[in-house]
Amino acid sequence: MTNSKNVKDTEEMDSVPAKARYTFGGDEHLFVEISEAMSLPAFFKGMAICTELQRRALPGVTEICPANAALLVRFDPDVIAPDALLATLQSIEAGLGDGALHLQTRIIEIPVLYNDPWTHETQMRFRERHQDPTSTDIEYAARINGHASVDEFIAAHSGAPWFVSMVGFVAGLPFLFQMVERERQIEVPKYLSPRTDTPKLTLGHGGCFSCIYSVRGAGGYQMFGVTPAPIFDPAQRLSYFKDLMVFFQPGDIVKWKPIDRAEYDRQIAEVEAGTYALRIVPVSFSLKDFLADPDGYNQQLLKVLHGN
Amino acid sequence: MAIDVRKPGLATSVQDAGRPGYYNLGIPLSGALDQQSLLLANLLVGNDAGAAVIECTLLGPELQFDAPATVAVTGAEARVKVNGAEVPRNESFSVQAGDTLSFDFMKLGARMCIAVAGGIDVPVVLGSRSTYGLGAFGGFNGRKLMAGDKLPVGSASHSTRAGKSAPAELLPLLAKEVELRVLPGLYFHRLQEVSMQSFFADTWTVGSEADRIGYRYKNGAPLKFVERTPPFGAGADPSNIVDAGYPYGSIQVPGGREPIILHRDAVSGGGYAMVGTVISADMDLIAQMQPNHKARFVQVDMAGALAARADKRQRLERLRAALAA
Repeated sequence: MTNSKNVKDTEEMDSVPAKARYTFGGDEHLFVEISEAMSLPAFFKGMAICTELQRRALPGVTEICPANAALLVRFDPDVIAPDALLATLQSIEAGLGDGALHLQTRIIEIPVLYNDPWTHETQMRFRERHQDPTSTDIEYAARINGHASVDEFIAAHSGAPWFVSMVGFVAGLPFLFQMVERERQIEVPKYLSPRTDTPKLTLGHGGCFSCIYSVRGAGGYQMFGVTPAPIFDPAQRLSYFKDLMVFFQPGDIVKWKPIDRAEYDRQIAEVEAGTYALRIVPVSFSLKDFLADPDGYNQQLLKVLHGN
Repeated sequence: MAIDVRKPGLATSVQDAGRPGYYNLGIPLSGALDQQSLLLANLLVGNDAGAAVIECTLLGPELQFDAPATVAVTGAEARVKVNGAEVPRNESFSVQAGDTLSFDFMKLGARMCIAVAGGIDVPVVLGSRSTYGLGAFGGFNGRKLMAGDKLPVGSASHSTRAGKSAPAELLPLLAKEVELRVLPGLYFHRLQEVSMQSFFADTWTVGSEADRIGYRYKNGAPLKFVERTPPFGAGADPSNIVDAGYPYGSIQVPGGREPIILHRDAVSGGGYAMVGTVISADMDLIAQMQPNHKARFVQVDMAGALAARADKRQRLERLRAALAA
């Protein structure tokens, strides 16, 4: 990769509108669209506004939800007037400094059994809803993203880390955005018509986002594999659910680790024994440094993850 | 004491005033869909306003009590019976040990709240006793009630008595056709002019997919979005957006075909453009709509939404005052 291409990519990724678009969702919600297009700078700006709003702990603000390139605030208009909340958010946006480009977060290794038998069985049941009924989801994704083989595709999917840019749809489900230049990002369409079934803990992908299905149910994302790691547990059985039944938070950084079936079975046994743990390491992230050299910066992140 | 669920009804679950504060993690409010009926039912039996009740849908459950209790049933219109004899709605009544409470099919309205003095005493999860079905937690074992379930009931307050009723003029009106007031916004600007008009002009019919997550409406003209080059990450269909948070009451229109209004078990976000939001004062009305009931969307501005909210608050305050006496 040449330096000139890096500069071009950075400009392209930085093209977030100078001012966000504010619009009310009824009398109890303020919706802020940072950008119509997904990008890391848009996500960072939304996170920074949410963080500052959280810090101010305004009476009447009941929910603060960052989501990809937007954010949603729920409020009680009997306590804080809609226009007062709007003015506060606009002033927070105007006052964002360089602090908005930094994030204290954590990097987490998530093991994945790609090409697993369970999502394979499920996709075969819904083949008529797929763009290419003659191949599997992962073969299809590999082909339309220009990879010569499924192994090469897995290497591309699991090589660079991903940002959790939203948690939601259903309880604890993370949306993840790949931390590479836009032209290298994996993109696939959603199923032509959604499936009525998706195995729990499926690694899915639709548009530019990967996700992990936190519960079994309907879904439209292509299915690439499963993780043995529980990410949502109302019974809070594992140590990493000590504080909350939901594991992921927006801003988490995830590195997929391909594993084989024997390793998957071993980890499932640990989950069942209640002894399972994930590799979770605190990390400080600089958007500016990342955008200047994504590959180099990702290598540093992986060193932090592996403690060397 | 405990309540034995003999028959569960169509879709019956434990609900209270809801579970705010976790929407950023995909955990929605939950709670009784018709919050006014929740309040009324609880006040009638001397409970705290937000105590947990049994919410049932279209066809109520058959419940047997193992001890004397004070009960009230509010919301939709249906015959309510104790040991087969009709008892009044919107008025507290007594049941004895061994009595069975049952219901006919709801004629008007879609949901009833069954309050028992002392409240349904399931464990509090994240600050609420409400059931959240998709997440499989809260309420009774995280799910709808099934035959054989035994629901624990808390201790009744001393103010509990039978024969307490609400003034008729403070009861909500039930109808097969309602007007839902909508604040346009969110992605309303992405609709073509003709669809901005038809959305408010058409009469919409509740489809068969109508539950605690959301209500789907049909029979209006399909909505046309302005063509555009899809922004990165949004998806090819003009009704797609980069996945974002969904307000409660927001109206999304996948593919421009059938509007879906999200309610208290909402999916917290997704990739469909929303064209507006039903105002908070009218969310209880949706809860009482049966499939094939009709709605018109009536455009309001923020001042109108806040005035309607104040109106509704005053009505609830009058209800509280009337029942405190």
